[in-house]
Amino acid sequence: MRPFGYAAPATVEQAVGLLAAEGSEALAGGTDLLSLLKDDVERVDRLVALRGVAGLSGIELDGGMLRIGAMTTLQELRDHEDVIAALPALAVAIDGVASPQLRAMGTVGGDLLQRPRCWYYRRGFGLLALTADGRSMVAGGDNRYHAIFPTGQARFVSPSSLAPLLVAVGAEAVVRGPAGERRQPVEALYRAPEVDGERENTLAPGELLVGVEANVEGSRSAVYEVRQRRALDWPLMAAAVSLTGSGARTERARIVLGHAAPVPHVATAAGDVLAGQELTPETVAAAADAAVEGARPMSGNRYKVQLARTAVRRALGRAAGMEI
Amino acid sequence: MTDDAKRSGLSRRSFLRGGAAGALSGGLAAGLLTEEAAGAAAAADTDAPETVGPGPVEIELEVNGVTRRLAVEPRVTLLDGLRDRLDVTGPKRVCDRGTCGACTVLEDGRPIYACSRLMIESAGRSVTTVEGLGSPDAMHDVQRAFVENDAQQCGYCTPGFVVATAALLARHPAPSEQEIEAGLGGNLCRCGTYKGIRAVVEGAGGGGVSGG
Repeated sequence: MRPFGYAAPATVEQAVGLLAAEGSEALAGGTDLLSLLKDDVERVDRLVALRGVAGLSGIELDGGMLRIGAMTTLQELRDHEDVIAALPALAVAIDGVASPQLRAMGTVGGDLLQRPRCWYYRRGFGLLALTADGRSMVAGGDNRYHAIFPTGQARFVSPSSLAPLLVAVGAEAVVRGPAGERRQPVEALYRAPEVDGERENTLAPGELLVGVEANVEGSRSAVYEVRQRRALDWPLMAAAVSLTGSGARTERARIVLGHAAPVPHVATAAGDVLAGQELTPETVAAAADAAVEGARPMSGNRYKVQLARTAVRRALGRAAGMEI
Repeated sequence: MTDDAKRSGLSRRSFLRGGAAGALSGGLAAGLLTEEAAGAAAAADTDAPETVGPGPVEIELEVNGVTRRLAVEPRVTLLDGLRDRLDVTGPKRVCDRGTCGACTVLEDGRPIYACSRLMIESAGRSVTTVEGLGSPDAMHDVQRAFVENDAQQCGYCTPGFVVATAALLARHPAPSEQEIEAGLGGNLCRCGTYKGIRAVVEGAGGGGVSGG
């Protein structure tokens, strides 16, 4: 790693002040950032350590309102029995981060803001991975794990394990910055960069994700991940669903795909298919088809379209407690 | 030293020393902070902590029960610091990217990849490596079980496996097959000795192996 400075703020205010400086980067669990620094993919002048910042870690479940501090480790969240009872799908999403070491080190904020796994990005070609004459290395290269919903030249996939579920249940991200606190839906944390150098998250310099909040009261939600390996790898495709409505009919369904697009992909059309419907093998299949409407797979990832259908079908089955 | 400073493992003196090193190596603070940002930082909190490094920073941490004091650059990982500076070579440097598990140590009792933690982040904390579990003369139950079950092939990943196994057994004294797979998921790759390692862990149910 190249040399860098290090500051260990005690408060969120101090952290925000330090992060406002150019070249400063927040250090959470470090499992992703240190690899990026070792490989010289990212460079920093100073790391701002969040480990000792008061109030950034902790879990609250108040009625149905769930609040999770950004520095809460994945293991702490997994071990919180009341939270897992209220939102069992969280266990599936966390267990997908399949290493006790990563769960002990990795944080909720770090999972949400981990950088993409795209191998062109990880080899230093940038998030858009364009050649000197502006052609996509991804489209012309090995894109087997890339997006089936590319956005412009952004063809990497959003790698977060928690984001699809949090987006599906309508969670909000709490962000602190020099101008104070703002809240936004978790999906608004993400964007597809349009030019080289732009990041895939919407945090401005000096802004810090301090936590997420969601109302999980009576939530019927589920996560289904399609994996090549059970341990130590990201899924090939993931679907998170959240259903509202009592009885057999679904009032509203939120269906979100992970590892499908540069951002957590909200499959609005798929949710619409189920609105006011009973979940049956037929309606579920229709929703799964709608979820991949408009998919534009590349030369090597056509198979992911079918994985997305399957993930949606099985996640819906899990949420509804039926074998589909 | 205040209690807080003790806990952080960074003394005021070491902060000052680190700051001086930063200044000597080209005015880090001046190079980092734009005027506007510096103003905002000062307005937000006049007590903002000093930036230390990139030169060596004095830290203190407990390694296998012994308090160690050393000066490390912030970029030094816990793994490299243990091996190269403190001569604690049980944790192995294999992938150095948080995937293989050969560097697994316990930090405050929790299994972590030492390659993916900056040593400065472990300041004020307690680190246990395979050496801290037991010695050749007084082996930890898990270490003895590894020997008895011939649970190593080349042995390079074994220290990490032993630590991860101890951490697993501390959480689940009689783990199910699924818990074994999940508990060792950060170390298992493709070696031929996993039968032996599984026998180590399963022996815990009746054989009296424990994580503690």
